[in-house]
Amino acid sequence: MEDTFDSAEYLNMELMRFTTAGSVDDGKSTLIGRLLYDSKSIYEDQYEAIRKTSEQKGEEYVNLALLTDGLRAEREQGITIDVAYRYFSTPRRKFIIADTPGHIQYTRNMVTGASSANLALILVDARHGVAEQTRRHAIIASLLQIPHVVICVNKMDLVNFDKKVFEDIENDFRKFASKLDVKDVRFIPISALMGDNVVDRSTKTPWYEGPTLLYLLETVHIASDSNHIDCRFPVQYVIRPQSSEYHDYRGYAGRIAGGVFKKGDKVMALPSGFTTRIKSIDTYDGSLNEAFAPMSVTITLEDEIDISRGDMIVRENNLPTSGQDLEVMVCWLTDKPLQLGGKYAIKHTTRNARCVIKEVKYKLNINTLHRNEEDSSIGLNDIARISIRTTTPLFYDSYRRNRNTGSLIIIDEATNVTVGAAMII
Amino acid sequence: MDYNLNHLKELEAESIYVIREVAAEFQNPAILFSGGKDSILLTHLARKAFFPAKIPFPLVHIDTGHNFEETITFRDELVEEIGARLIVGSVQDAINAGRSTEEKGINASRNGLQTLTLLETIEANKIDAAMGGARRDEEKARAKERFFSHRDEFGQWDPKNQRPELWNIFNARKGFGEHFRVFPISNWTELDVWQYIHMEGIKLPNLYFSHKRSVFLRDDVWYAETEFMERKDSEVLVDKIVRFRTIGDATCTGATLSEAGTLEEIIQEVASSRVTERGGRSDDKRSETAMEDRKKAGYF
Repeated sequence: MEDTFDSAEYLNMELMRFTTAGSVDDGKSTLIGRLLYDSKSIYEDQYEAIRKTSEQKGEEYVNLALLTDGLRAEREQGITIDVAYRYFSTPRRKFIIADTPGHIQYTRNMVTGASSANLALILVDARHGVAEQTRRHAIIASLLQIPHVVICVNKMDLVNFDKKVFEDIENDFRKFASKLDVKDVRFIPISALMGDNVVDRSTKTPWYEGPTLLYLLETVHIASDSNHIDCRFPVQYVIRPQSSEYHDYRGYAGRIAGGVFKKGDKVMALPSGFTTRIKSIDTYDGSLNEAFAPMSVTITLEDEIDISRGDMIVRENNLPTSGQDLEVMVCWLTDKPLQLGGKYAIKHTTRNARCVIKEVKYKLNINTLHRNEEDSSIGLNDIARISIRTTTPLFYDSYRRNRNTGSLIIIDEATNVTVGAAMII
Repeated sequence: MDYNLNHLKELEAESIYVIREVAAEFQNPAILFSGGKDSILLTHLARKAFFPAKIPFPLVHIDTGHNFEETITFRDELVEEIGARLIVGSVQDAINAGRSTEEKGINASRNGLQTLTLLETIEANKIDAAMGGARRDEEKARAKERFFSHRDEFGQWDPKNQRPELWNIFNARKGFGEHFRVFPISNWTELDVWQYIHMEGIKLPNLYFSHKRSVFLRDDVWYAETEFMERKDSEVLVDKIVRFRTIGDATCTGATLSEAGTLEEIIQEVASSRVTERGGRSDDKRSETAMEDRKKAGYF
């Protein structure tokens, strides 16, 4: 990093979020360490600290996995037990990695990491092939509608960089993935430990013609991952300055959840159904003619209508679904099982409400994708289709259409813990 | 028309969303303001979030009494300019009242004592959401923080039992006496912060820019001469051109030898730096899990 840093270039970078998943010991932490190290995102003092630790433990290589294992328990057990976020950038993109553990009991963390990702990176140990965990992770990536999936076949050095091993794994996975809803799947043969095909192209895989992992991460098209069609503005906070300069100012602050809003647009407020026009789109840096997802702005309206937090401003000719009866896919995140007929708190966009669990339609076997309609016991890490009824109408889209307006969380009212992640069908 | 935000504008939009969510979901939020660049950035983002109204909650400063004078001057001017309310929690008061005991010896620091005063200030002012400028790229244990981080009635963090945080839906529910720490700039890196400060023209204390200062070397870290630090005979004062990469308590914040006197120069320096910004923080060096241990107890 001797060359001068280009400030102008830095202001032109895209933000990409990806999640990593793998089974125990398939080298996920090592791969992340490798990406950070080879992209020069590791500082000398960090490297020196892990070099010393590796040496003390008598390890042959500097253990790059130590870079990401942050908590004491993890260092002791040599495993990752919680989602950790990592950052690195190249001149093209800034990357946020949600590094999630692969243990079966921590699947809730994988769902967490996957919920906001543009891309899922799934590791497969070349010696073991597509494992139960691999399938589970792919299903979660599909369920959470991560637009891009990359399968890294790792530890290729331990199978002599054998082309057939790689191809068999690719075929196995493709057979299984045909039943899933993932649009874009890529395969890369790598060795995280040795660095093959991670940042630099490997000389040991002449039969592989695809990109290196980093090149793929830098170039995969993510600009169309946001919904810029359906205008959705969940009102977060009402701004009333109470000052003489802005005496009658009433602004609706929020983050655009979908679409493009323009000054002068005819809009409708939900649930009231009143229509008016956008008077201004305000920010601290001045007013805008238009604003789009995921910008945070403040909207003022031509007419005084009663709008408060939890309401939604939309375009009259493109309304979300309004209703109290919802069908959702839920991932259960806690030991205490879902209570059929039980009442829970929910949060959807900026709206807090309550719901009752009406019915469990089926439980999804996340190894076979089999829908078991007989089994309505939903516990930790289970994924099920359920119907709920809410105390107040929600304004929503299907999760497939819009992740922001199609998702909600279910909260245990006694413990206040988030117990379910739900995607509206 | 290309509907695409650059990464700094996307981070800004995310942080503003988080700050507004705090204002909407809590009765009595506050910003923990240290006078460092991250809390200055956070305050700037809060201004943006509520414009044209003022920030609808106070700034809280946990004052160890071991400050760089510049920090306090800067703090008071900023509070005046934005018309915010300031609450000061004083470590010195806690020591005087016998609730805290000073560390002894040459490496004595009030860093650890801040936790007690912080928790007392949160309780006394009934603060239910304390926003901080911590970033996940700073330190290993911070990498696992949520945006909305739940604290029990003792102010403790339980890293193995954190609430899952999905999409951008934040669960703000809590029991009586519990509170939240919220970190709106979680996803920013040090370089992002500097670039944004430059892009926005945000004012910073002069300590961040290179200047001549009387310093001494201890454990490979340059410390400023202050009345709060005892020196060994071998620790000789010398004049150096330095700046600070982080600003904390004067007894545990090391200076960096640097000629960077402008934001452009600082950005160049940070971009080519091979040592983390907390590399100069002796409070992190006490053990490999020093940060995790302090955070569990209720530290920032």
